[in-house]
Amino acid sequence: MAATTSAYDPGPPPGPVPAAPRAALLVLADGRFPAGGHAHSGGVEEAVAARRVVDGATLEAFCRGRLHTAGLVAAALAAAAALGTDPVALDRAADARTPSPALRATARRLGRQLLRTARATWPHPELDALASAFPRGAHQPVVLGAVVRAAGLDGADAAHCAAYESVSGPASAAVRLLGLDPCDATRVLAAVAPAVDRTGAEAVRAALRVPESGTGALPAASAPLLEIGAEAHAGWPVRLFAS
Amino acid sequence: MHLHHDTEPHGHHGAASGGGHPPVRPDGTRRALRVGLGGPVGSGKTATVAALCGALRDELSLAVVTNDIYTREDAEFLLREGVLAPERISAVETGACPHTAIRDDISANLEAVEDLEDANGPLDLVLVESGGDNLTATFSRGLVDAQIFVIDVAGGDDVPRKGGPGITTADLLVVNKTDLAPYVGADLARMAADARLRRGGLPVVLQSLRAPDGVREVAAWVGARRAAWVAHP
Repeated sequence: MAATTSAYDPGPPPGPVPAAPRAALLVLADGRFPAGGHAHSGGVEEAVAARRVVDGATLEAFCRGRLHTAGLVAAALAAAAALGTDPVALDRAADARTPSPALRATARRLGRQLLRTARATWPHPELDALASAFPRGAHQPVVLGAVVRAAGLDGADAAHCAAYESVSGPASAAVRLLGLDPCDATRVLAAVAPAVDRTGAEAVRAALRVPESGTGALPAASAPLLEIGAEAHAGWPVRLFAS
Repeated sequence: MHLHHDTEPHGHHGAASGGGHPPVRPDGTRRALRVGLGGPVGSGKTATVAALCGALRDELSLAVVTNDIYTREDAEFLLREGVLAPERISAVETGACPHTAIRDDISANLEAVEDLEDANGPLDLVLVESGGDNLTATFSRGLVDAQIFVIDVAGGDDVPRKGGPGITTADLLVVNKTDLAPYVGADLARMAADARLRRGGLPVVLQSLRAPDGVREVAAWVGARRAAWVAHP
């Protein structure tokens, strides 16, 4: 490009201490981050087939339900991992909070895929150690927390990323499953965003209690219908999404 | 995510890296050559994979990853045909976006390849079959080392002329079901000429799997790629 004169003055170069990292979180939370999420509906495919999710309003109700149960648990696990809690203990805590074998398998598969991509993206010895400890994959939120550490982000970032993922996955799946107007699906995400923020904050508070009280301090909010639906879905011979 | 990125023409010796597997194993040997087969729905990808397995399984240790769109039909077809032992076939689910799983987010496919090698020992060749898609679907070089695009005469003899990334950039273009040409009014000579024009010297094979040893030319091409892969420094 030819040089042109401009009145723009970028000011002095940035100092040695940057502002709190933010862009790395955008990279991680981007729906295009290639870690396998696109093949999963977060239970919305089963809910659509059962006619519990039929439009924007019912999608929003589904997302709120998932956020306050599976989303909260995932956010707290991720925050605890990001704060440096032993991932083996957290993985056991995640197992205990996931009754459905299908959902446990899904969480481990997605954890393994996330770890693969993250090790190429933010190489870090802790991620290598995690891969050695869990060659078949750890629960995705536990991996997410470790990735957040490797990316130089903090526990609140991990919690918000996990909480957001708990609703963004179902919303984009609903667009494909229902032919839902993508603007409606995005409006749903904007509508639940304040609840995502509150859930993230609640998850961080729980995670901060783990060093003193152990993983029992983490929430164990169960969503029985999601668990049952996941088991049913895993047995379908024909489906668009892996879960 | 449903993405439609432009695809750049691929080189001949793309080495998967990043989230993929390094081209050389810890013991110094080259890892399995990975060949992708893409193309529109019903063009004969699975039948070509089955025929390739039949032609190559005696000389090479091979495995197949299928990317079904909403079932396990392709994997089950291969199992039914008995072309490979079940532990050498793996099905990846693609969330309604087959091209995403082979191009934009290849993590599930990379894992399937890794698991096949864990289960079967060192492999020579892994065939990765995409779900039936459209003419823009191509494989990431992080997933495969070479790709074959399969179209068929019944899909319209103007398809090579229309082009698109699969037609123009695939390492091998296969025009399948040539036995149907008289019945659908397809002009094979025109398809071949258009394809050569579009592909600037990249190879084209016209085949009918109904003919005895119909997959011979494609199998020879794959064998040559495999030999070049092993010889590559």
